[in-house]
Amino acid sequence: MAASMRLLARRVLRLSNRNVTASAAGVSCPSCRCYSDAAEDRSTHFGFETVPEEEKAKRVYKVFENVAEKYDVMNDAMSLGVHRLWKDMLLHVMHPQPGARLLDVAGGTGDIAFRFRDYIHSQQERQKRRAVRSSQSLSWQDISNKYPSEDRPHESMAVVCDINKEMLNVGKKRADRMGITSGLSWVVGDAEELPFDDDQFDIYTIAFGIRNVTHVDQALQEALRVLKPGGRFMCLEFSKVTNPVLASLYDAYSFQVIPVLGEVIAGDWKSYQYLVESIRKFPDQEEFKGMIEDAGFYCVRYYNLTGGVVALHSGFKL
Amino acid sequence: MKTKLLHCCSERTSRPLLLLFTSLKHFRLFDYPPRKRYTTRHDACALRLAMWLRPCQTLRRNQRHFTLISKVCVRQLHTSRADLTHGCYDGLYPGHIHTTPFQKALLAVGSGVAALQDPYRHDMVAVLGETTGHFALVKLRDRMRNDPEGYTILTERPRIRLSTLDQKKMASLPDGSFGREYLRFLEDNKVTPDSRADVKFVDDDELAYVMLRYREVHDLLHTLLGMPTNMLGEVAVKWFEAAQTGLPMCALGAVLGPLRLNASRLESLFTSLGPWAVQNGRRARCVLSVFYERRWEQNLEDLRQELNIEPPPAILGATKGTST
Repeated sequence: MAASMRLLARRVLRLSNRNVTASAAGVSCPSCRCYSDAAEDRSTHFGFETVPEEEKAKRVYKVFENVAEKYDVMNDAMSLGVHRLWKDMLLHVMHPQPGARLLDVAGGTGDIAFRFRDYIHSQQERQKRRAVRSSQSLSWQDISNKYPSEDRPHESMAVVCDINKEMLNVGKKRADRMGITSGLSWVVGDAEELPFDDDQFDIYTIAFGIRNVTHVDQALQEALRVLKPGGRFMCLEFSKVTNPVLASLYDAYSFQVIPVLGEVIAGDWKSYQYLVESIRKFPDQEEFKGMIEDAGFYCVRYYNLTGGVVALHSGFKL
Repeated sequence: MKTKLLHCCSERTSRPLLLLFTSLKHFRLFDYPPRKRYTTRHDACALRLAMWLRPCQTLRRNQRHFTLISKVCVRQLHTSRADLTHGCYDGLYPGHIHTTPFQKALLAVGSGVAALQDPYRHDMVAVLGETTGHFALVKLRDRMRNDPEGYTILTERPRIRLSTLDQKKMASLPDGSFGREYLRFLEDNKVTPDSRADVKFVDDDELAYVMLRYREVHDLLHTLLGMPTNMLGEVAVKWFEAAQTGLPMCALGAVLGPLRLNASRLESLFTSLGPWAVQNGRRARCVLSVFYERRWEQNLEDLRQELNIEPPPAILGATKGTST
């Protein structure tokens, strides 16, 4: 008897809750009753707009398709060249050694991959110089024994993965112009569902791309999956500026100047409006650090660059 | 580096800087024109669509009217990606982008530089015209309002598009008629009326329509004035437009265009073509106030007389090729 009463009470409560929510929905949009199913679909942010989740990926694709040709020029114009320093800092913190395998997701035009190659080459030069220096006090027999070891093939490899073919095309053209023939590959793929096996890469980077992903937690899970144990996850992304003066200057610059630059240089206002709005919607340094830790990375830390305009997050798969 | 930055932004320096910022805000240089932020595109689109369909003055600026419209059941359009063409847009008219005075100034300077560097960037010329032409557009709109035919145009808002032109009918018109000559002009110069850029930065839908009408009438002006689309012809039309409309962009084009002409064409410009264009621009009836879409059958000479435009002087060797 008591059980059935409780069941009845629970059913009544459930019904009353449904009525309350239905009436609330009814009050807020009287002419939009046909969109009750739209309200049940999950929605996310596209800049300051709210859009259904399926639509966000399509719209982001369209944005980058439009800006691909002028992407590098616009980066230089908008950041006054400082983005090069941020990317150099990423490589410096990464400190990759010859033999490392890099996966650069949302790598589009290949900035990180090219820098990775240059860094590895300079490391190899350094190692050769060190070997030569150490071998200068050896006898001629020992020196001749060392010669065959120079033929060791370059094992380091950079894979650039991007969901947008236009951005990859621009990157490939740049590689051709620089005369790069090996050590680099270009793969079309979605950060939320990478086309790679588990435990493949030593380093996973995503530079200024993760805020465009619809499900950031899924992208982090995939990053954990494709990294080797001991592998490093590194993410460069725009973040919250702590200093209030710098924050107002930065906001004013972002919203007043950047769309104008987009219109004048690339002929596209709306894409750059989306870009600055998406920066505001992305979680701040601490929150993102928490998300990386939730995904299963250890020793997560972040470095603030340019007063917090850009944050470099790093975590390890252990 | 970090400590240095912190030191610079200590209490003593950040307070004056903050004060400077708040005082700048008083000038409203960085304020957007008042508008409501919508949380869903559907509501925003429906409300803006209602605005654009009614060329009504009362709904132009006051955002509180949106709540009135929201009570009316507006048919929702399917929101696809193309938010500019299907009537789903965020602004006073399709393609409108809200800008602050500071942004308009920056756009004017930037587009001016870009247009000078690359004259083929027609979108930059268009942006320059929109950001600098507010007062000229107001004067033009008032001129149109005072003219009965112009007033009809402002209320009906016709558009000149290839799809709205009945090309077969126009081809069958007699030679010398306005429609036939216009079609001949389009074919000879291989241009189309659909290549005009959308208006983006004018903060009033009626003025935006005036700007659009000005762009669409440009080709018709070539026919009316009998000018080809080479550099000399374009400069002559620009002089006429500058004299008629007073748009700063036309004036800039009129001043800088001749720099790209060779000596003989410059001579013909300054001696015969230029003075003719300026005089006619001053005394002709407002060319935007003419309902061209209803005058295809009219004889071109009659139309010129009605508009108070003299026939053009002969241009030496200016029919073919450009002089860039």
